[in-house]
Amino acid sequence: MSGMAFNRHGAWAIYRFEMARFLRTLLQSVLTPVITTALFVVVFGAAIGSRMAEVGGVSYGAFIVPGLIMLSLFTESISNASFGIHFPKFTGTIYEILSAPVSPFEIVAGYVGAAATKSVLLGLVILATAAFFVPVTILHPFWMMAFMLLTAVTFSLFGFIVGIWAKNWEQMQLIPMLIVTPLTFLGGAFYSIDMLPGAWRTVTLFNPVVYLISGFRWSFYGKSDVAVGLSLAMTLVFLVLCLAAVAWIFRTGWRLKH
Amino acid sequence: MSAVISISGLTKTYAGGHHALEDVSLDIERGEIFALLGPNGAGKTTLISIVCGIVRPTAGTVLVDGHDIVRDYRQARATIGLVPQELVTEAFETVFAAARFSRGLFGRPPDDAYLERVLRDLSLWDRRGDIMMTLSGGMKRRVMIAKALSHEPRILFLDEPTAGVDVELRRDMWALVRRLRDSGVTIILTTHYIDEAEEMADRIGVINHGRLIVVEEKLRLMRKLGKRQLTLTLQDPLAALPQELGEWPLALKANGHELELTFDAALEQTGIPALLRRLEQLGINYRDLNTRESSLEEIFVSLVSERGPGRA
Repeated sequence: MSGMAFNRHGAWAIYRFEMARFLRTLLQSVLTPVITTALFVVVFGAAIGSRMAEVGGVSYGAFIVPGLIMLSLFTESISNASFGIHFPKFTGTIYEILSAPVSPFEIVAGYVGAAATKSVLLGLVILATAAFFVPVTILHPFWMMAFMLLTAVTFSLFGFIVGIWAKNWEQMQLIPMLIVTPLTFLGGAFYSIDMLPGAWRTVTLFNPVVYLISGFRWSFYGKSDVAVGLSLAMTLVFLVLCLAAVAWIFRTGWRLKH
Repeated sequence: MSAVISISGLTKTYAGGHHALEDVSLDIERGEIFALLGPNGAGKTTLISIVCGIVRPTAGTVLVDGHDIVRDYRQARATIGLVPQELVTEAFETVFAAARFSRGLFGRPPDDAYLERVLRDLSLWDRRGDIMMTLSGGMKRRVMIAKALSHEPRILFLDEPTAGVDVELRRDMWALVRRLRDSGVTIILTTHYIDEAEEMADRIGVINHGRLIVVEEKLRLMRKLGKRQLTLTLQDPLAALPQELGEWPLALKANGHELELTFDAALEQTGIPALLRRLEQLGINYRDLNTRESSLEEIFVSLVSERGPGRA
């Protein structure tokens, strides 16, 4: 194709637009998850955790930190990305995106890139908050960042799909409330799946979130419920599935173009 | 002049089965102001939306400056600015940020000096820091035009640009459209206000029930399809039309006080001199006479009602 090979100004415009929205609402964007995390860490980690045994040599308060960060990554990525694309659909300003010389890749790079940036930043803020209350060690910082980025991008893609799928604001809330939060709580955010009775352990292995949290926790404490390679592979599988869904949406114009 | 937009065999059937466009072919000449007229639901917005990439065509092709809108969508879209009918804005953004966003989206590097000129042209410069949701409807309309112009398009689509705007803004917009045309921008506008098309357009297309029924230069259209009327106000009323006047298409109006002759505006021979001579011979005196041409509105109404629905 001649001319513009990559409309970097276009992708950047969307990214900047989304980040500006984040900065406008910085206080509520950061404060809410920080307070929530602080409460979790104080209640579960310090108050209840002090009466609980260590999990695999890690104090309970520290053990739940990776799970808490993952929980925020999931919910923040989904809500940021879904809101980002749903709002122009809702107000009608999507006409400009659809009529602009931007490719699906550039649109996704802008929206998903911004949503992932926000959730990673929040994840780091939450990590810092948690480290303030409980002793957190990070054995594999590179893999910690890698898992964080991969998860943020993957769930932002998922949120992007939710934002296009949703016909109204109620539906937007549905997926995080109905699917993501339960899967996270049942995915080993607050316990090691070794603690579960045998049959439930098997059921849990069908929960994709188990792999994400397990891998992420391994990057902190070097211990995991499932093999790290499997965690990484599962994260990549989910990423590829989301990419395929987004590609299909743009190819067919599903809920975007008549 | 050469075609800057070339539409051929464009058909659109929506998922629900509604045929919005049926085999529309149309060339828009470079640098012209083209007005697309048609009643509500005729297919005007669908046509524009397809050219701009918002709606997918069912069949047919569109070339914008030689670029296929599907295959070479980047090149095609980069030259187009669109002001849609609906008043939609990024509620929480400032005027200037919105214009800057649009420019970037269309692949242009930042140029705040250019954006300043656009905003000044639209009397928006003083409001550049205002949040969009605080603006009045007319101001929002101006912002939408500024956004459409932010990337220096060579083709501008205005879908009902003056619907619901006050007289002053309407005049401003007409002036702006003329300035743009003078700078070489091709303008395609749809409108409900026929006088707007009459005032602005070089050529007119009339669309009804998804079919393009007429495309003609405005003046030629008015000459070709327009009617002219001669009205004679009589000194003494007539009870009936005298037989001697049978060769003219005359009508007696106002209780016999007026004699009205209707003829095609395009005709060379109107028959008026002969009629006046005959009236003199018959001793029918008149106090006053005037002629009028039918407006574009009358032509439009007769076109749309004559051709009616293409299919039941």
